[in-house]
Amino acid sequence: MSIRPKMPQQAPEGRITNFDEVALGYTEEQAILEAERCLECKNPKCVEGCPVNIDIPGFISKIKEGDFQEAITIIKATNTLPAVCGRVCPQEEQCEKLCILGNKSEPIAIGRLERICADREREVGVKDPVVAPSTGKTVAIVGSGPAGLTAASDLAKVGHSVTIFEALHEAGGVLIYGIPEFRLPKAIVKEEVDYIRKLGADIKMDYVIGRILTLDQLTDRFDAVFLGTGAGLPKFMGIEGENLNGVYSANEFLTRVNLMKAYNNSFDTPIKRASNVIVVGGGNVAMDAARSALRLGADEVSIVYRRSDEELPARREEIEHAKEEGIVFRLLTNPVRIIEGENMSVNGVECVRMELGEPDESGRRRPEVVEGSEHIVDADIVIMAIGTSPNPIIFDGSKGLEVTPWGTIVVDEAGMSSIEGVCAGGDAVTGAATVISAMGAGKLAADTINKYLSK
Amino acid sequence: MAYKIIEKRQLVPDVHLMNIQAPDVAAAAKAGQFIILRIDEAGERIPLTIADYNADEGSVTIIFQEMGKTTKQLAKMSAGEELLDFVGPLGKESEIEKLGTVVLVGGGVGIAPIYPQAKEYRAAGNKVISIIGARNKDMLILEAEMIAASDEVLVATDDGSKGHHGFVTDLVKQLLDGEEHIDRIVAIGPPIMMRAVADVTGPYDVETLVSLNPIMVDGTGMCGGCRVNVGGEVKFACVDGPEFNAKDVDFNLLMSRLSFYRKEEADAITKSQKGCGDDCKCQ
Repeated sequence: MSIRPKMPQQAPEGRITNFDEVALGYTEEQAILEAERCLECKNPKCVEGCPVNIDIPGFISKIKEGDFQEAITIIKATNTLPAVCGRVCPQEEQCEKLCILGNKSEPIAIGRLERICADREREVGVKDPVVAPSTGKTVAIVGSGPAGLTAASDLAKVGHSVTIFEALHEAGGVLIYGIPEFRLPKAIVKEEVDYIRKLGADIKMDYVIGRILTLDQLTDRFDAVFLGTGAGLPKFMGIEGENLNGVYSANEFLTRVNLMKAYNNSFDTPIKRASNVIVVGGGNVAMDAARSALRLGADEVSIVYRRSDEELPARREEIEHAKEEGIVFRLLTNPVRIIEGENMSVNGVECVRMELGEPDESGRRRPEVVEGSEHIVDADIVIMAIGTSPNPIIFDGSKGLEVTPWGTIVVDEAGMSSIEGVCAGGDAVTGAATVISAMGAGKLAADTINKYLSK
Repeated sequence: MAYKIIEKRQLVPDVHLMNIQAPDVAAAAKAGQFIILRIDEAGERIPLTIADYNADEGSVTIIFQEMGKTTKQLAKMSAGEELLDFVGPLGKESEIEKLGTVVLVGGGVGIAPIYPQAKEYRAAGNKVISIIGARNKDMLILEAEMIAASDEVLVATDDGSKGHHGFVTDLVKQLLDGEEHIDRIVAIGPPIMMRAVADVTGPYDVETLVSLNPIMVDGTGMCGGCRVNVGGEVKFACVDGPEFNAKDVDFNLLMSRLSFYRKEEADAITKSQKGCGDDCKCQ
């Protein structure tokens, strides 16, 4: 029996027919009840686990008093995207993992408490922030995802003139194109982006750096630059049949569904609705793609993952949600060939079974093929959710930006790249990671840029 | 940000020219690049190759054929109206240098993207021979512009109503078999035409480039929808192209992938022609 109040949510049988949010959020009563469990440690471990260092015991103590307004003020002092983080952060790996209560029972549900503070504030109307007096310094932010938005807000708060350049037609990066509506409603992202505009940041949409302006031109025109260009080129496995009609990258599938709203008939962007969908990969992106495919009307959606349940990189909560919804988990299974049907379309996937051998360099047990285990799984759509490489466009026409052999930008411990005054962070530096780690990198870079501009 | 239509005219039946106010795109655009536009909030993002650009006026020219729901909707718009999004320039620019003699082949609406190339190849000091083709003389676009931008223009029509009676490939072959040394051929048009050009030039030792326009969403290297097989390797047309060596392109794959949403496209046209509302279940 769980000690935490149970999160109200849409029942699985209903939610698989819509794109509305699954988790509905705590009531005030539930939040206060949960907050009262907090010990308010003098030396709070939870804060150390938070990449943006929210004063967690501070805001929880305000919830105990029923003062949600003051609680959100405390959160927003260090985190400009609380409604987003309250929903998509892997708290169980961060703040909640270090909560003292977790030793003997369940840690405080910090994420859920953060969420209700942000949601309450939105309901009563978000107060306009106080805009700092101008420093006269200009900063260009490339990319409006979690890293860019966080860097922008921290830099605007201290009075720098911030311009965000976004290649797509909406701001938010992965929060808009990647994470589905049922996990993160887009109206919430829009409101949090609007708040960053109110802090004074200007966002230029449809603006591709590396094409309209090069990085070198940006460094000429701005006093400092932050690169938060995110994940780019989707990875494929390199197996036979991957270019057949019906093989999507998760990026494309999710962009069509989320950014372009292909699930809604009044929008023009097409998407294939299929009977049998296979999603290759075991991360959050794979769960998002699988659950989206199910909502588009598929009869059966399977996750194909080469390791076992224990190694699935997705958040446990997302895995549980997917299982509740009837997603089939074909674990210890790996695709070896996509079978061609009529008109170069997908007509199944040949898979092999895997077993886990000795641990590899990453410390995880290496999956090995079970000889003679070839079998065919029915599919008319295959979605590859096996990661991305950084976006290469930013490097066109830039001199001196050091990158790794994998295309990620090299930065020092302060987030500064090989070009002075140019910082970088998020997936462009680390490769595919989480929203909150990108926000942490944006925060670090903002601090570095601020020091650089104050020299 | 909205992008105003400064000028709109029909060139031939179903083919239209638009000048769009987009100063940032115009200032950076180069021959060979493309843009992605979105008409309104519910619209899809469609890629179109840039037909011309004027940095001083801040305008970019696109030429499009009415094909799907979006291009039909675009055709109904007039000067003074605005597009919601106009992103570019995207893709790599053509590598234009002084080579000697360059043959530019444009088929149908593909004549539009070879027009800026003709100007730039000529400005770089090349002799430009352009071969332009259409179904018939009434469907031929930009003939006067191509004559002005080229040293020589050859015309082919499928029905013989103007110029050579036959395909542009016949004229390409005649040139290849002729006296003049040809340093590069650039062919842009329907995939089937580009494949035919590649087939014709294959046996000859002449560099042949084509510009591919597969289905794409973002156009910035994120979705991977535009992947094409070039020389046995997977390339993303939006960041690795759109121009590739014709002899290496798997055109069958390209054509198959272009047809992936044929049913959805047909349904969308039917739905918009019937004027169905959001609640309509006619699909």
